[in-house]
This record gives sequence, C-alpha cells and structure tokens, in this order.
Amino acid sequence: MKCEDLLRTLNDYVDGEIDPGVCDDFAEHLQGCNPCQIVVDTIRKTVSLYKNEQVYEVPLEFRTRMHDALRDRWQETHCGA
Amino acid sequence: MLVTRAKAGDYEAFDELVSRHERRLYALSLGIVRDQADAEEVVQSTFLSALEHLDGFREEAAFGTWVSRIATHAALKIIRKRRGLETVPYQEEPGDDEQDTPHPEYIADWRGDPAEITERHELRKLLDEAIASLPENYRLVFVLRDVSGLSVAETAQELGLTEANVKVRLMRARLALREKLTRAFGDESTRVVPDHTH
Repeated sequence: MKCEDLLRTLNDYVDGEIDPGVCDDFAEHLQGCNPCQIVVDTIRKTVSLYKNEQVYEVPLEFRTRMHDALRDRWQETHCGA
Repeated sequence: MLVTRAKAGDYEAFDELVSRHERRLYALSLGIVRDQADAEEVVQSTFLSALEHLDGFREEAAFGTWVSRIATHAALKIIRKRRGLETVPYQEEPGDDEQDTPHPEYIADWRGDPAEITERHELRKLLDEAIASLPENYRLVFVLRDVSGLSVAETAQELGLTEANVKVRLMRARLALREKLTRAFGDESTRVVPDHTH
C-alpha cells in the first residue's frame, strides 16, 4: 500500500470500518511510514477534540434564560398555570 | 431513569436531562448555523419540543439521540431558509467530489494535550476558527458525523447526499481541520516532510 492508497481509506480505518485484509495492509504501511502514522494520529486527535463537548460553553445568560423558559412551560403544561 | 421520572412529571429529572445534553446540542447547532443567536434559538426550541412531546417519546433511541435529531433538523432548516431553499437538498457542487485527494502538508506530532496547552477559551476559539474556515458542504458533513454522531447513512439522508459523497466530504473536512490544528499545536521539532512518492 502506498501513501496515496492510505489517504483514500483513511476515514474507514480511523472509524474502524475497514475490511480486515485492507486493515492489515494499512497497519503494515504505517509501521514503515512515520508521516502517515503522524497523519493518522493527528486525524484521530482532531476528531476527538470536536467530539469532546466539554470544550464548549453554553453562554451563561442564555442558559439561565432557557432553563427559566423551560420551567415556565413545564408548569403551564403540567399544572395548568 | 431520568426519562422515566420526567415522563412521570418530575421536572428536576427533565432539568437534569437538559443540563446533560445542552453543551453538545449547542456545539452541534453552532457548528451548523454558525451564528450564536440562531444556535441559541435551535437549542431552546429543541428542548421546548422535547418537553412538549415527552409523553410520545418511545425510548427506542436514547434521549440524547432524539434531541440531537430534533436540533439537527431545526438547524438545517435555518440554513435552508437563509439560502431561500426550503426543501431543496444539498446538491453537490459539480466536480467537487471528483477532485484529487488533498495531501497533508504540515505533518508534525502534536506537543502534549491541546487542552493543557491552551486555555480552554483559546482552544474553543481555535476550533471555532478552524471549522468556520471549512466550506459549508464539508462543515455540515463533519458536524453531523463527528459532532452529532450520525451514521454515514443518516448524514446522507439528512443532507440529500449519497453515502459516497458523505465519505469524500468527511475525509476532506477531517484533513483540512487536521492541517489547521497542526499548525497551532504541531511540535516543529517533529515535523516531517511528506514524500508523495512513497
């Protein structure tokens, strides 16, 4: 497998959706290619950063406003207030 | 189970559900609509909808999955309205998915944990700038797949694309974001020059 081939199957490998035979070729290529290994690692880190919801902050003013609105609506629908 | 208690009339349980999912919904919404006011509108309307339809929630999927789908629909509706295209799906731009695979240029290990390297708000700013730099057709696929957690098939259905389109755009989005973030976090001393003949 050459670097070009690896790029084409990169997503499937990172997502664990690659055919086992291709996976073996991929892993073998990575063992001998430091740049590709770094690219795979940093792709994984990139996806992980964006998946980590703790990075995001809901603006405090909006959060307070939203929770108040939800509580009011709950009381209207559940207590007939 | 929080959902069971909320359905039984326990508001504190519903409030806890909101608290557990609001960050992810906000991130997902902001990633799609790219406007704070619109993202807030999406998140609030999503939880209001969840509140009003809680009795009908069959719990076949997780609560988080359910509200993610509601938020995704609401956010995409805003985008379509902006473009004046209420029902037209996201047509691929001609030849867009046929271009050569972009090659990584800046290849370097990331020094340490990015969250430790930068203050959290600086990290958010970097992530935000990077995702804002993506063309909309790549950004939407990335947000639906990697932030919202939709499958390839679900992402394709939401955006009116083929699964092949989704895979190509996702790869381009991930490579573009990786490139940008490596320029911020990369350890120059580990930088390697790509050999495109290898």
